[in-house]
Amino acid sequence: MNKKTKTRTNTIAGFLGLPYEVYAVIFIVIPLIMVVWYGFTDASGHFTLSNVASIAQPSNIKALWLSVLLSVGATAVCLLLSYPLCMFLVETEKHANSFLTMMLIVPMWMNFMLRTYAWQSILEKTGIINTALTALRLPTLRMINTPGAIILGMVYNFLPFMILPIYNSLEKIDKNVINAARDLGADARQTFIRVIFPLSMPGVVSGITMVFIPALTTFVVSSLLGGGKILLIGNVIEQEFTLAYDWHVGSGLSCVLLIFIVISIVISTITDKEDA
Amino acid sequence: MTNEKVRARGWKRFYIALIFIFMYAPIFLLIIQSFNKSKSRGHWGGFTLGWYVSLFHDADVMKAFGNTILLAVISSLVAVVIGTMAVIAMSRMKMKSRQLWLAVTNVPMLNADIVTGVSLMLLFITLRIELGFGTVLLAHITFNIPYVILNILPRYRELNPHIYEAALDLGATPAQAFFKTVLPEIAPGITSGGLMAFTMSLDDFIITHFTTGAGMATLPTKIYAEVKLGIKPEMYALSAIIFVTVLFLLMMVNRVQEGSENKRKAGEEA
Amino acid sequence: MNKELIRLEHISKSFGTKTVLDDLSLTIHENEFMTLLGPSGCGKTTLLRIIGGFEMPDTGRVLFAGQDITNLPPNRRQLNTVFQNYALFTHMDVAQNIAFGLSIKKKSKSYIDDKVNYALKLVGLEGFEHRQVTRLSGGQQQRVAIARAIVNEPKVLLLDEPLAALDLKLRQDMQYELIQLKNELGITFLYVTHDQQEALTMSDTIVVMNQGYIQQMGSPEAIYNEPENAFVADFIGDSNLFPAKFIRDELISIDGAQFKCVDRGFGENAPVDIVIRPEDVEIVEAGHGTVDGNVTDLIFKGVHYEMCIDVAGREWVCHSTRPHIVGEHVGIEVDPFNIQVMKKPESEDEEAITANE
Repeated sequence: MNKKTKTRTNTIAGFLGLPYEVYAVIFIVIPLIMVVWYGFTDASGHFTLSNVASIAQPSNIKALWLSVLLSVGATAVCLLLSYPLCMFLVETEKHANSFLTMMLIVPMWMNFMLRTYAWQSILEKTGIINTALTALRLPTLRMINTPGAIILGMVYNFLPFMILPIYNSLEKIDKNVINAARDLGADARQTFIRVIFPLSMPGVVSGITMVFIPALTTFVVSSLLGGGKILLIGNVIEQEFTLAYDWHVGSGLSCVLLIFIVISIVISTITDKEDA
Repeated sequence: MTNEKVRARGWKRFYIALIFIFMYAPIFLLIIQSFNKSKSRGHWGGFTLGWYVSLFHDADVMKAFGNTILLAVISSLVAVVIGTMAVIAMSRMKMKSRQLWLAVTNVPMLNADIVTGVSLMLLFITLRIELGFGTVLLAHITFNIPYVILNILPRYRELNPHIYEAALDLGATPAQAFFKTVLPEIAPGITSGGLMAFTMSLDDFIITHFTTGAGMATLPTKIYAEVKLGIKPEMYALSAIIFVTVLFLLMMVNRVQEGSENKRKAGEEA
Repeated sequence: MNKELIRLEHISKSFGTKTVLDDLSLTIHENEFMTLLGPSGCGKTTLLRIIGGFEMPDTGRVLFAGQDITNLPPNRRQLNTVFQNYALFTHMDVAQNIAFGLSIKKKSKSYIDDKVNYALKLVGLEGFEHRQVTRLSGGQQQRVAIARAIVNEPKVLLLDEPLAALDLKLRQDMQYELIQLKNELGITFLYVTHDQQEALTMSDTIVVMNQGYIQQMGSPEAIYNEPENAFVADFIGDSNLFPAKFIRDELISIDGAQFKCVDRGFGENAPVDIVIRPEDVEIVEAGHGTVDGNVTDLIFKGVHYEMCIDVAGREWVCHSTRPHIVGEHVGIEVDPFNIQVMKKPESEDEEAITANE
């Protein structure tokens, strides 16, 4: 391509990007700036820290603390469930494991609210588990509307987000790298700790952020399985916007969430870079 | 194989099975529920296809269903067009600006849905745009474009850069070269990106929740509204239908991807 | 020599601050098999891309049959390219790939079919019309790439390291096939490679390039036997490349030992570089040669043995069918005809030319 046509195609290519660039600025960048703007101003437009500081109110800080606690718990459970699963899946034959991984994503396409709602009928006082327990003449359990039920809902909804990156990173490991470790005298445990696990770290980190962020910020799981009695920070923000119509406080609390999000993005970019 | 190994394999299979049961139990429950004559869940009142029939007479549900599909179709199509153009532009950018736009593209993927939702809500309200179908559509396009871009980009990178030049060399104009060689080569990425965007749009609740207005409901927002009063059994029926449809779509994507993967692999081996 | 076909005049090209081609002029004739040979980064591929129309020179002109085509886009040039890694259209089958150029030109279907069949026969791929190109072996993909180019009846075929991705045996077979193909088509081949063996085997003319300059241009024999400077001598084949003193006409000294040569006119007591091919170093009994040395290394190479001989601290490489064991004290002799004397680079610029890789 000569210079003239080259510059011309480059200009054309530049124009091709324009719609997205305009769209991204209006609908991604500006809205985020607006959240920060609302978060740090009051109704008359003056700068204030009170919106962000409202996170310190007892009910809000309690909601945030509970969110962190439950989402850390849910993330840990997801990790503990996923890692062995992915190890086993990688071991299975090629066509079988691609089918199995697909089957793990499939549930995500049943409306997630209905699926979570279905857990109500499993966990509730007269639900399936308690009906079974009664039939066995065992005492019934109180499961619905507990923090445990919320963790279960989070794990259930976000498990695929943990499985997929870990599976991908494990699958990418060259089998000869593992063979080399064994060849050099490492036993199965040492091979895992010193070779396999470090190599899968990018997947683990990306899985953790992909589970932790939606779990930390959810308000649907808690309202479906917490019976409206357990408020997470997501519920508080949702109510500020849709019930109290206090966008400034809502934005201020969202800014607090943004801090968590930015931290997790930074962590995952760093590990990604190391991987590359 | 030693006994120990057989036992280990048995345990592994048992573990995989347990996870699958965990994932699928609620779904089976919902599908069973859609055939349950009794309106109350947990009580089996006999088999019926009635909900599947009455579903089509429920104007509210059908309206929400129509909105959902329309949103998914339009938003994924728009996202495919804008996203494909963006990939071509990004591939010719300098390192720095490409990284910047990639970072912007990653924002809706990494950000919490609730923050994306409220941020768009603030934007629409500030611009005094009435919340409704239009605002939800704009919001869906926003989170769909990144899926399209991130699906096409790897394909575009794998593309042999000389293919475009080879077409020119053989007499094609730049436009012919693009439509006859580059576009078909990245088509699988466009297809899978578009289908992914479609399903994301279909299932979105949180962002829709914040950007929708009075009188505009999608299936997820309608379900959320119904949860407190008890979900209409028609909803189970509809969800079962959607589930089976999406399952079918997903298997198609999988086949497209696997097909092109095999093609590539065969090429590499040769 | 045939009629002139392509003429490059004072071509320069830089990417950013890096000068890739520097005031380069070159003439390519009809029906010539010309090879651009050099290490990676020497500018040979850029030169090919300028001729193909994929790059525009910063200065200079490209003339094709007397016409200035410097500004002509690639789709309007009468030449075709076989790309490195082939650049086949993976969404098309073999026949569709080959027919691409003709269908762009809106040729009739029967014409296209004929040409495609002819091209397939020419490259030995009859019966492969409807194969997926991704299912072909590397050698077969290579043939499709060649067929796709030649159906358009170009005046010149540009080939950018076309055999680099093939294994040794296949590469050697394809070299002969390419020569045959060129003879059959009667067109000009401009071939880019970094493999000196390939260049020596196939070319009518070799252009040795380094750092954007033409180092030497000539027949394979001339390039091999009479390298004009240290870079060419070092790049083509194994060689003993030593600094030496040109004492007077027909006499040089290497590390103090005097050797007869046949070159004249390098001045008196002037510093020069000399090249002696390893096969031209003769091993004789100690004391019977021009200098003596000790064998430090002995390797069996199949056709011959390769030995390293330490002569007063300088290592001579020598090929012989008779081995001498490590540690043996031997004499060395060189026929005056086999000593190639080269001017030492004078300016820093010339130094840059010869500083290879």
